[in-house]
Amino acid sequence: MSRLGTPFLDRNEHHPLEDYLRMDRIPHIWCPTCGLGTALNCMLHAIKKSGIPRQNIAVVSGIGCSGRAAGYVNLDSFHTTHGRAIPFATGLKLANPKLKVVLFSGDGDLIAIGGNHLIHAARRNIDLTVIGINNFNYAMTGGQFGPTTPEKARMTTAPYGSFEHPFNVPFLVDSCGATYVARWTALHVRHLTNSILEALHHKGFSFIEVISPCSTVYARRNRLGDGLDLLKYYHENSEIRNGINTRKCDITFQGRLIVGKFVDKEKPTYSDTMTKSLSEALGDRYVPYQGPMQGKNGD
Amino acid sequence: MKYWRKPLDTDRVKPPHGEVHIVIDRCKGCGFCITYCPRQVLEVSTHFNRKGYHPPTVVHPEACVNCGLCETICPDFAIWSTPVEEPEKQQKVTSEK
Ligand SMILES: Cc1ncc(C[n+]2csc(CCOP(=O)(O)OP(=O)(O)O)c2C)c(N)n1
Ligand code: SF4
Ligand code: SF4
Ligand code: SF4
Ligand SMILES: [Mg+2]
Repeated sequence: MSRLGTPFLDRNEHHPLEDYLRMDRIPHIWCPTCGLGTALNCMLHAIKKSGIPRQNIAVVSGIGCSGRAAGYVNLDSFHTTHGRAIPFATGLKLANPKLKVVLFSGDGDLIAIGGNHLIHAARRNIDLTVIGINNFNYAMTGGQFGPTTPEKARMTTAPYGSFEHPFNVPFLVDSCGATYVARWTALHVRHLTNSILEALHHKGFSFIEVISPCSTVYARRNRLGDGLDLLKYYHENSEIRNGINTRKCDITFQGRLIVGKFVDKEKPTYSDTMTKSLSEALGDRYVPYQGPMQGKNGD
Repeated sequence: MKYWRKPLDTDRVKPPHGEVHIVIDRCKGCGFCITYCPRQVLEVSTHFNRKGYHPPTVVHPEACVNCGLCETICPDFAIWSTPVEEPEKQQKVTSEK
């Protein structure tokens, strides 16, 4: 028996994802029973399974607890300013069209301060894979309510419960033009990993909403226990409804949770429509941009 | 492995078997792996790790089917399983002072 009473510790063994993590930054700062680590774990499993060469992947995050993810992945990554993950990612994608650009950011970042970027990226069908962590609040700054907080949930700035109508995120991105839309919880690790894998291979704007427990702020403010209690709530209240009309995916406080893959369709991406339109207008004079490899040495 | 009704091909098809690895001092004691392991392989240890959390401990090593759920659900990259070829083989015990 070891000092800790368990014989199964082997310090010389390596976690299967160690190549994809900046191990010098682990343990991460996320609280015990927070779901962010689980969502990151699923994303890295999907990236590993995808077979996409690591030099062709970039991970972009905004600011927030969720936004810390960019700092933990051992891939090219970009920790941007609050709400601007999508504009930075769009820039990366346009400057290097061969890059697979994956975003991992929070509800406050993507849907509140960054909401305008979100709707336009979806409308233009820019080829990005967005993993949006919905923990129903601005966690990092102490638990303010925001546009994803369910009605009646109590937060620091909503001491009597929020009285605003929250966004139904899948419906929002679907109606703006997203071509892949799914929602899972941090408990649905296999479905979530598979969805991220599908989204990585999908051409166009993909959005996966991950309902994730925030133990320290959301659960505590609402006296819901900890993150494990929230996983139990997901377990008892989730209903998998693949292909359901996203209109029906509203979230209510501790109510039923509709999860699944809702949208998976093909539509020309921003780059496709740009190339088509400019080729029609300019003929041979238009040379579609291929990326940095086409520079001095590449042509 | 116990079966409710014995499948006809148990002599030919062996269920997969796994060995669990835990980096005890990386664990934050969330209990996700313990609660959702489909084979109840894990239990909360009574001991504290260096950070003051109770890590999981393997109580039914023979029951692990190498499904990888603990590996994917762990928010702290502290647990995973690897396949073991011969299901009869005893679990490896690495002692540590
Ligand atoms: C321009 C700007 N405004 C406000 C902030 C303060 N701020 C930091 S994190 C955050 C909220 C992040 O919320 P979310 O994206 O949901 O991430 P979470 O912490 O919940 O994972 C805010 C408002 C900031 N850093 N920059
Ligand atoms: S404050 Fe909430 S979201 Fe942030 S790390 Fe802690 S549990 Fe996770
Ligand atoms: S691999 Fe599966 S069966 Fe084995 S301990 Fe992990 S969750 Fe349990
Ligand atoms: S899931 Fe990971 S952090 Fe949580 S108890 Fe298990 S080993 Fe520890
Ligand atoms: Mg949030």
